[in-house]
Amino acid sequence: MSDAVTQDPGAPLSNAWQNWYRFSRNPGAVIGLVIVVTCVLAAVFAQWITPYPDHVGAVVDFRNRHQPPSWDHWFGTDNVGRDIFSRVIFGMQVSLTLAFVVLIIAVPFGTLLGLLAGYFGGWTETIIMRLTDIALAMPPLIMALAVAAVLEPSLMNAMLAIAALWWTWHTRLIYSLVRQIRSQEYIEAAETLGASKAHILFREILPNCVSAIAVKTSLDAGFVILIGASLSFLGLGIQPPTPDLGTMVADGASFLPGNWWQSMLPGAAILFVALGFNLLGDGLRDLFDVEDVR
Amino acid sequence: MSALLAVEGLRVSFTTYGRTVEVLKGVSLEVPAGGHVALVGESGSGKSVTMKVIMGLLPQPPARIHAGRIMFDGRDLLTLPERERLRLRGTAMSMVFQDPMSSLNPVWTVEDQLMTILKYADRRLGRDRDRRGRRERVIEVLAQVRMREPERVAGSYPVMLSGGMRQRVLIAMALLSEPRLLIADEPGTALDVTTQAQILKLLRDLVEAQGLALLMITHNLGVVRETSDFVYVMNKGEIVEQGATADLFAAPKAEYTRDLIAAVPRLTGRGAA
Repeated sequence: MSDAVTQDPGAPLSNAWQNWYRFSRNPGAVIGLVIVVTCVLAAVFAQWITPYPDHVGAVVDFRNRHQPPSWDHWFGTDNVGRDIFSRVIFGMQVSLTLAFVVLIIAVPFGTLLGLLAGYFGGWTETIIMRLTDIALAMPPLIMALAVAAVLEPSLMNAMLAIAALWWTWHTRLIYSLVRQIRSQEYIEAAETLGASKAHILFREILPNCVSAIAVKTSLDAGFVILIGASLSFLGLGIQPPTPDLGTMVADGASFLPGNWWQSMLPGAAILFVALGFNLLGDGLRDLFDVEDVR
Repeated sequence: MSALLAVEGLRVSFTTYGRTVEVLKGVSLEVPAGGHVALVGESGSGKSVTMKVIMGLLPQPPARIHAGRIMFDGRDLLTLPERERLRLRGTAMSMVFQDPMSSLNPVWTVEDQLMTILKYADRRLGRDRDRRGRRERVIEVLAQVRMREPERVAGSYPVMLSGGMRQRVLIAMALLSEPRLLIADEPGTALDVTTQAQILKLLRDLVEAQGLALLMITHNLGVVRETSDFVYVMNKGEIVEQGATADLFAAPKAEYTRDLIAAVPRLTGRGAA
């Protein structure tokens, strides 16, 4: 307490500190951030922190199959005796990679199209926004199913299929923001002064969209992970023996309700990651006070 | 005094939805070098269109310029190639924007924005000035618009400033590149009257001290009296009366001007509420 009071009231906190303070006052946001950071760290260091790192592959240990959760096997073991906890941590790697790759393709692409459509209007707008409408009409899960069926089920194909449709939401969001920002006088002022189109788009307009993009992206991460898990559940995502949360839920489902841990605990892990990203996104939204995301 | 800016017989029309409306019906006005001129009229009288034509900000179409010349410093702006036009805009002639709330980009500090503007102006004029030189100029101009702590204001984001301070930043923005003509579009309309009065006084002092020509565009007769020596009264796309400010208020000739003056609410005399 006394530490806080001794701070010179005349010295304003820097913006970053003010934002962090507001963020830290929001319990949901902090929980979300902790979950996301935990998951990312666990996935990155899976090789070293998991109790049975070799259980990732095609290992069998029939003496220990169908073990319920215990001190040795926190999440129990599956039908060939592999440690489910280790496999869940490795499964996070796949889920997070999926979310990361999809968003790193879809977000910049969608943002760019939204900027162009919103700023230039006219034919540019008509073409981009009608394409967006068409793409929006297709559910990403169905698209990914179709791609997996036509090509072959793999992580790469799933990522490409989801990314191929995911940009649309960002295009719509940025488009609507740009429409509002474009009519502000500071844009007109920049145009008056002969600023280049690139300057206006990327230095004047884009920074005003960053908060909305950050919120949308963190919310999206949760949804993309859910779609990836759904695909694997249906057998069209990651192929065994690579551990994947969706696949594990599907495999374990045949042993329900007796061996509940085999599907419920990987399912809980999916819930955990998705929840983390959503809480984080909501927290950012409160922080930036962004409207019309989602 | 020769005219720095002379608009001669300007006729402009808008075509929308197949209908053509003539919005400027032969407007002529002059701003002498170092002179303070006001263009007054009600909403829709064509004063903002006049300003936009002068600045070259009128999108064509829907607008069409049928006739007229805009002489600035002996050159006709309307026939000038776009490149030349751009060189003048924001340098020899610059504009004080109207709305202090929406004229500053909320994500950049005052310094960031002024530096960018100055960089563009320097580039157009082929002037060589490094970052330090530009920064000095920015601080100097902020001090000119009577910011008590120019350094601190420079590092502030627009939301951290009051409306009056933001309006002064906008004036600083217009002064950055040492223009000869300042076009002010109802500055301070969004502010309360006491702050607006300060802003107008500041503007008047600045143009006098630096010998700039001022074209004040307004609907407010109080502003006219405060800031100008010569007035053009505009109504429905035409200049209905012109004259020295004092004469015009003392003996308005056109019926419209008389109506306009009579429309100003009086706070003195009997029966004032």
